[in-house]
Amino acid sequence: MTDFEPRKYVIMGVMVLFGLLYIGRLFMLQVVDESLKTQASDVGERIIFPARGLIYDRNGKLIVGNQPIYELLVVQQQVGEMDTTRFCELLGITDSQFTARLQKLRSNPGLFSRLKPEPFLQQIPYETFAQFEEHRHEFPGFYPQVKMVRSYPYGVAAHVVGDIGEVSKREREQSNYYYELGEYVGKSGLEKQYEEVLRGTKGKQYYLKDNIGRYLGPFRDGAFDTAAVAGTNLTTTLDIELQQYGEWLMQNKRGSIVAIEPATGEILAFISSPAYDPNLLVGRVRGENFTQLLRDTVNKPLVNRPLTALYPPGSTFKPLMGLMAVQEEAIRLGTSYPCRGGYLHAGVRVGCHAHEPIDDLNEAIQHSCNAYFCNALKQFLEAEQFENESEGIDKWADYLAQFNLGRKTGVDLPGEYGGNIPAASYFDKLYEGWRWKAITVISLSIGQGEITTTPIQIANMYAALANEGYYYRPHLVKSIAHDTSQLLQQYREKQTIAIDSAYFHYILDGMERVVIDGTARLARIDSVSVCGKTGTAENPHGEDHSLFSAFAPKENPQIAIAVVVENSGFGGTWAAPIASLMMEFYLKRKISDRRKWLEQRMVQADFIHEPEEVEG
Amino acid sequence: MSLRENKSESLDWLTIFMFGCLALFGWLMIIAVDFREDTFSLFDFGSQHGKQLIWIGSSVVIATLILLLDYRFITTLAYPYYAVMLLLLAATLVLAPEVKGARSWFMIGPFTFQPSELAKAATALAMAKYITSASTSMRQFRTRVVSLMLLVVPAGLIILQGDTGSAIVFLGLIIVLFREGFPVTLPLIGMYTAALFLLTVKYGPVVIIIGLAVVFLALVGLMARNWKHNRTRVLAVTTIFLASVSFSYFVVDYVFNDVLKPHHQTRLNVLLGKEYSAGADYNVLQSKIAIGSGGWVGKGYLEGTLTKGDFVPEQSTDFIFSTVGEELGFVGSAFLVTFFVLFLLRILFIAERQRSHFTRVYGYGVASILFVHFAVNIGMAIGMLPVVGIPLPFISYGGSSLWGFTILIFLLLKLDANRKLVLR
Repeated sequence: MTDFEPRKYVIMGVMVLFGLLYIGRLFMLQVVDESLKTQASDVGERIIFPARGLIYDRNGKLIVGNQPIYELLVVQQQVGEMDTTRFCELLGITDSQFTARLQKLRSNPGLFSRLKPEPFLQQIPYETFAQFEEHRHEFPGFYPQVKMVRSYPYGVAAHVVGDIGEVSKREREQSNYYYELGEYVGKSGLEKQYEEVLRGTKGKQYYLKDNIGRYLGPFRDGAFDTAAVAGTNLTTTLDIELQQYGEWLMQNKRGSIVAIEPATGEILAFISSPAYDPNLLVGRVRGENFTQLLRDTVNKPLVNRPLTALYPPGSTFKPLMGLMAVQEEAIRLGTSYPCRGGYLHAGVRVGCHAHEPIDDLNEAIQHSCNAYFCNALKQFLEAEQFENESEGIDKWADYLAQFNLGRKTGVDLPGEYGGNIPAASYFDKLYEGWRWKAITVISLSIGQGEITTTPIQIANMYAALANEGYYYRPHLVKSIAHDTSQLLQQYREKQTIAIDSAYFHYILDGMERVVIDGTARLARIDSVSVCGKTGTAENPHGEDHSLFSAFAPKENPQIAIAVVVENSGFGGTWAAPIASLMMEFYLKRKISDRRKWLEQRMVQADFIHEPEEVEG
Repeated sequence: MSLRENKSESLDWLTIFMFGCLALFGWLMIIAVDFREDTFSLFDFGSQHGKQLIWIGSSVVIATLILLLDYRFITTLAYPYYAVMLLLLAATLVLAPEVKGARSWFMIGPFTFQPSELAKAATALAMAKYITSASTSMRQFRTRVVSLMLLVVPAGLIILQGDTGSAIVFLGLIIVLFREGFPVTLPLIGMYTAALFLLTVKYGPVVIIIGLAVVFLALVGLMARNWKHNRTRVLAVTTIFLASVSFSYFVVDYVFNDVLKPHHQTRLNVLLGKEYSAGADYNVLQSKIAIGSGGWVGKGYLEGTLTKGDFVPEQSTDFIFSTVGEELGFVGSAFLVTFFVLFLLRILFIAERQRSHFTRVYGYGVASILFVHFAVNIGMAIGMLPVVGIPLPFISYGGSSLWGFTILIFLLLKLDANRKLVLR
């Protein structure tokens, strides 16, 4: 056998050769080849989302909170031997549900689908979830996930608080990519307006991850991590119980209620009807409900009526017309005009209803005499201090602007409309080549014609009337926790109106008499002096809109309010009782037994489903 | 002289030391695979590193028992041991449950046991016994066939089990036959056939046949000058050419499509660079990334982020080398490769110093088996050989394999310890 001995060197040579070959290959892989090192990136960033700021009402009641929803995720590849019966028992699902769920996930193609976490069970009740958590170690591959969504304990004020939803592509661009894909942002209402206050500060966590992004542990024990800072809480000006009461009264009606505290401009109630429960737009049910609300093109529940519904103010405008006529000395407080069932001049007729003879401005307001205010406007426009009607109408428009009519109030909600106040230039253009006169625009005197305003503007006008000549811009946020910004500064600035406060004081009596013995006797409240004015906004598409604006108590106004009930007819019948019930509730926290029948009547009225009731 | 004295005198402590180093190193690497900062416990016997400690402990017991045996037992029991192992392999085929497409594991209570690991030593012993028996000679055709059959039969049974990797290990015993005088032609033909097979799979039969034809025509042209003298050579070359062409054209296609299983086909394709499917070369890619990310000196022991992240599948067993590469870098992995080659050379040295022919043949058997494991396992982890699941001796997690290698080594050490007693 010795003759084969040299072969041992061949064998040894082969072994050494393999060793050298492998060392060479290792040198290439580990020292020369850089591409492999870059593929092995292993530190991930995880964003810690802060809790969104809470929203309270003016009395510290929580109206928008956060609630966790619990989900169970599964990584199919990690699911091992487990007691399925026990698993189902803990989660309260059946064996067949379990199998069906897993099978559905398994049918999902793709290499990594078995390696990444996928939702297994959603919206698990807290008690079930907590119980399962204690036993989760028995079921490898299943992971908990907690998500925060909004909750609305009162289920009202949807149009005020707005909602949150996944950030859109455009919003991401506009925010300079502050937001992550799928992050929640305020989409409407206060949520949108105060997004930067409510959202808080995101934290960042660096972590070790495996090649499919699974979490392994903190990177360098969290040395580079930043903590998330919860969003700032908002205290709104809303009285949530008043809001709730108002939405209850307005059921089955289209319209608006805006109630303002005159001394501060704080909005006490802000109702857009039909309203909806904001809880409908949370979590899994959001998509379906949103579509349903969007599809209701008749009632348009998603429309924010107090901000965007444009109405002529109608007769609610008359006190203002009277005030400026007196201020410009076009009329005196004691001026009287005859009313023969309307205003008749140069072939133009503005009708009026039957009422007692008018002896002064207050009586004109009390009985809402159209002829009186037509005369007042004509006198105003033709007053000697104005060169012509154009100058007069510009002055007229200027007074309206001082009351912030026909322009945005600057309320802290997105999407507000301005409306329209016609000035000289408007009519010059409208009646081009034809010299228009006072009589041409005479319907402006009674709040009709080219003048359009929003309910919030009307409410603000009445706050200014209540204050006898000034107002604060209406707003919905009372305070922002540890706020150092100037965000609310504009709402602290007094807006004054250039009309003698004595005239304001005078006119309150007329407005009080509207309620005592005028067009809105249903608006009386026991032991509270209410000042108000009915209005009817003509509507070319159907029954007139019923308007009523008021404030109370007369001596020390706590609440100014504007109510619009669409297609319900005369203001005194529907809008006035609703406004007075609101004021009574706000001032006394209860409705007197004597007026329970009225409350019932208002709640039961339905201008949406049945043929409209014809009254008053 | 007393037997006991003699034993302690000639026991090869260097090999035992190297064996111990490798097993300890392996255990440390398995800890690295298991290691997680928050949940790690060193003596958790439910974990792999905990169990491996049990395997190492039991291997020490096995090694001691082997050293206490009378060495004559080993030669006497070679054939019975081999026969029992063949029976076990056959039984495995029928009785073992199917795991990952293979029937190679027995389940005994909570433990699993792989007979093929023990069959390696048995085959090496049987081969040694057969080749060194008085009636055989490598010059005889019969001896060649029978010695070849000794390794082909267990290899065949293991292939039937679906465990190609272990079967390749048995074919590695051809190295032993080569050392003992087996004609070179057969291995050469084998290597030529394998090369032809791979090239045909890679480039297709047409290209290969054209290439063969060019070489053939050139050779015939060279030999044509002296036609009479070269007549037999031309005939031989023509035969080889025709055989190659028909092999390339008919056999390769059949073997590739009908004999190999789909996952083998994919692995071959990946190795030959014909296919880049994320699924097939995923393991190798992850292993290469882990090794490559180690750089010169590695990320440090227990600091391997890819290891912690379960990036590499089967990392405690077939791909344990990727942990070495990631955590200990080029320095560590080159050291391990060098250490392994030195260990193999040490075994060859032991084999060559025997007066007993039996021990020498067995020693080569041990070296061959370890070498194939080493070459295939590391070659696979660094992407030089197709993915074949066999463990890296002493390092990979697993009781059966560690026991198998311990038996393999300590039988040799026992025989070696008594080398001076043997005159045969």
